[in-house]
Amino acid sequence: MATLQNKGAGIDKNNKYDRQLRLWGDHGQSSLETARVCLINATATGTEILKNLVLPGVGSFTIVDGQKVQGEDVGNNFFLTVDSIGKSRAQVATELLSELNEDVSGDFLEENVDDLLQKNPAFLSSFTTVIATQLSEKTLLNLGKVLWERNIPLVVCRCYGFIGYLRLVLKEHTIIESHPDNTHEDLRLDRPFNGLKEFCDKLNLDTMNKKDHSHTPWLVLLYKYLQIWEQKHGGKLPSTYKEKTAFKELIKEGLRKNDEGVPDDEENFDEAIKSVNSSLHATSIPSEIQDLFNDPACLELHPESKNFWVMMRALKEFTRNEGLGFLPVRGTIPDMTSDSERYIQLQTVYRDQAEIDALAVAGHVHSLLHTIGRDEPLKPDRTKKPGTITDSEIKTFCRNAAFLNVVRCRSLQQEYDHDIIYLEELSRHLIDEESPDEGDDTVLYVLLRAADKFFAEFNHFPGYFDNTVDADVPKLKACLNKLILDWGLSSTIKDDYIQEICRYGASELHSVSAFMGGVTAQEVIKVITGQFVPINNTFIYNAQRQTSTTITL
Amino acid sequence: MKRQRSTITTFITISNISDQAYLILTMEIEWPGRWDHVKKILERTGPFAHPDFEPSPETLNFLKDTCKVLVIGAGGLGCELLKDLALMGFRDIHVIDMDTIDVSNLNRQFLFRAKDVGRAKADVAAAFINSRVPGCRVTPHFAKIQDFDEQFYRDFHIVVCGLDSIIARRWINGMLISMLKYEEGVLDQSSLIPMVDGGTEGFKGNARVILPGITACVECTLGLYPPQVNFPLCTIAHTPRLPEHCIEFVRILLWPKEEPFGAGVSIDGDDPQHIKWILEKSQERASQYNIAGVNYRLTQGVVKRIMPAVASTNAVISAACATEVFKLATSCCAPLNNYMNFNDTNGVYTYTFEAEKLVCCLACSNTPQVLTFTETDKLQEILTHLQVNATYQMKSPGVTTSVEGKNKTLYMQTVKSIEEKTRENLKKTLKELGLEDGQELYVADVTTPNTLTFKLHLGARMDNF
Repeated sequence: MATLQNKGAGIDKNNKYDRQLRLWGDHGQSSLETARVCLINATATGTEILKNLVLPGVGSFTIVDGQKVQGEDVGNNFFLTVDSIGKSRAQVATELLSELNEDVSGDFLEENVDDLLQKNPAFLSSFTTVIATQLSEKTLLNLGKVLWERNIPLVVCRCYGFIGYLRLVLKEHTIIESHPDNTHEDLRLDRPFNGLKEFCDKLNLDTMNKKDHSHTPWLVLLYKYLQIWEQKHGGKLPSTYKEKTAFKELIKEGLRKNDEGVPDDEENFDEAIKSVNSSLHATSIPSEIQDLFNDPACLELHPESKNFWVMMRALKEFTRNEGLGFLPVRGTIPDMTSDSERYIQLQTVYRDQAEIDALAVAGHVHSLLHTIGRDEPLKPDRTKKPGTITDSEIKTFCRNAAFLNVVRCRSLQQEYDHDIIYLEELSRHLIDEESPDEGDDTVLYVLLRAADKFFAEFNHFPGYFDNTVDADVPKLKACLNKLILDWGLSSTIKDDYIQEICRYGASELHSVSAFMGGVTAQEVIKVITGQFVPINNTFIYNAQRQTSTTITL
Repeated sequence: MKRQRSTITTFITISNISDQAYLILTMEIEWPGRWDHVKKILERTGPFAHPDFEPSPETLNFLKDTCKVLVIGAGGLGCELLKDLALMGFRDIHVIDMDTIDVSNLNRQFLFRAKDVGRAKADVAAAFINSRVPGCRVTPHFAKIQDFDEQFYRDFHIVVCGLDSIIARRWINGMLISMLKYEEGVLDQSSLIPMVDGGTEGFKGNARVILPGITACVECTLGLYPPQVNFPLCTIAHTPRLPEHCIEFVRILLWPKEEPFGAGVSIDGDDPQHIKWILEKSQERASQYNIAGVNYRLTQGVVKRIMPAVASTNAVISAACATEVFKLATSCCAPLNNYMNFNDTNGVYTYTFEAEKLVCCLACSNTPQVLTFTETDKLQEILTHLQVNATYQMKSPGVTTSVEGKNKTLYMQTVKSIEEKTRENLKKTLKELGLEDGQELYVADVTTPNTLTFKLHLGARMDNF
């Protein structure tokens, strides 16, 4: 085993990584920089994946590949050169990939993964994530078993003609910062907390001067007019379309009028009216979070429980006690027309409540840690001991309470057992109720499975040799029919697809590899950083139509 | 769809054989197995191939020897595009980029190294590809797209864009459309140059195929670009609430007033001294208002209007674009029709749809636009309309017209002396300016390479809105 290590040249990482730090923050970057990834097979797809991990600064990578560079490899792989034909593919790719980023160290092991799995599977134990490309079904299942037993995430990627395939295999992945795109604000207008009540009740719209009136934040306006509405409607909030329209009219009546009785232009009132539809939803615990509360990992804490589950349980305890049935207040408000002073005050009101709630959650965390025997105090230098949970972790957890997520993938073995869950998922995707001929790209997955079956039987992929393309078509069809029969699926697959697969002949087109290289690298980054939500569990890319689908197999 | 397909084939068959065709192949640039992967697709047909696709070794030869592709942008998308195209068999590639390499490019623009900082992106990218991929000849242009004329663009079979500027996208779109030739209202297919366009921001991106004059163009779908968020000046000046408001106050109001680095020195977002000054002043203002969160990263982000960017998304979108260029050049299968959105924040999501051609598109509908105003409307209102209307979104339109056979400039912002002379016109009504019903107005703007002709309709102005 050889090591190629670069020395840092002293470029400021804050500058170099600026554009990505804005996405996953310094803590995400730090997770990335301590991660160790392993790539099995330096194919075009494999090196494209690594490229997109080396550039953002993954800690280290190791390539396992027993092959020598061949002419066709140099044709589609940017990280091999023509003068390297005949040399170790692992070594050449490691050298050229290492050039991309001096902060990353690259290793390689010139050995076939089959041999490695037989002789020294423990070698794989040291990695954060293992990435495998272009593996045979048999090797893949072996690898999958070894990593599943060791609880190491496996990411499988494959490119086949115009088809891309990505499979994530991990037991459990917990996500605190999922960074959802569009979310409801957490404003609690339907059940204002004391701080919010006190703040709003202090303000009197009727006695304000004109400027203050038109600069009162719309949050306060909604609070005030909801009080009026509730008085008239037996304490109920406007909920139907009709009620909301009436409520908007009520707000509109509050506009100051000039001497001729014409209403003033007050931007904050416009904003209040616009916010009625989005801001009056009832505060509730999302069903996904309810499910997590009832997850065995949350219910049955033990000394080895992940911090995530300890905090989840504490969150649950909070909702049953201090939270009165609700999650901690998120503590942020959107920007809105206001004078600076009252906006900042209002912002502080929400932030303070979030602090109070997080403190209560922290109380539960500490007593839970005590219960499971993990309540060691902080070391004198206040650094974190493994197993303890810091207040800042708890705050982040609370701020993201509505978006917490857990991904659990089925193992490859479960997939290949073809159980009822698998078959139902396949059928659902293969047959579109409305147009029975047009399922989604899941058909390409079935075809890849048929091609693998073909390979197991004939020791080459259908259409791999120019002179057997036509002869391979009926053979592949037989493989496909056998699969479908074995699975008991009722769907039929058009002959067109079978011909097309034979045309591909297991070719690895660079632009398809590059697409999948981007997608796969990002899924690996999600796994490493614990931010954003990875797929569960299979992604199929159709480069012909530029479409894709995700299925849970 | 049928019509679209025939277009692409036509464009291949009529393509001129370039001077460099039939380049003598030596072992240095060819070796056994080099094209094995691509050849399977090009030398075999399949049920999903384009109806006119003929499997043959000639197709690969066309890619290698004849097909000329222009890549616009050598940044995040451009570096990837050059690599992807070179490995798919394209050899005659030109790349245009006006930028030099910055440290913050290195996390994704993988053809650049620390030692290249400050050099022209196009030059470094081209040199890298040419040395790594034997036989590939990337020609760099360290220039703006506006530096080249129709003659230059006409030489290419396909144009592919990896740009971060909407204005540049609109300009090249306008250029390709202006090169279309019509005979008695029928498009001459040989004048058509397909455009493949990619864009990314963070974990989101899109790729699209434009067949100018046939499918939706950039102007047809201007509504897909979100308008830039600008904070109201009164918020910045009087009621700041966010850290961004404080930074904008310093950038817009304080800098020109204090001129901290000398008279007339404008802000350089890459100068740490400039950013540091803005940061300190912004923090001062923020503390006056008890606003938290002004830091260096945010300050630089606001001042430079930084978009987050990561290697993976650029790889995905460029690859999709390169696949489309390959399809267009070879007809090995039908191209994307015509727009794909991508987002991998939550799982991996793509959405593919057919963006529709706008019947009255300013750029590609080939019909003159009508502007309806009243005699008493002022010239300013026409200009504002051209700027804010979603289908025009112009930046600094200049308007001329023809009076008694003579050209008359009504307003032009871009040339200072003319701006001063014509400024008064803005306040004049259309009647005062002597404009009549049916009068032609010629509008120039940075968003288009051509002067656009509008017909002025004086009547009820409702139609515009």
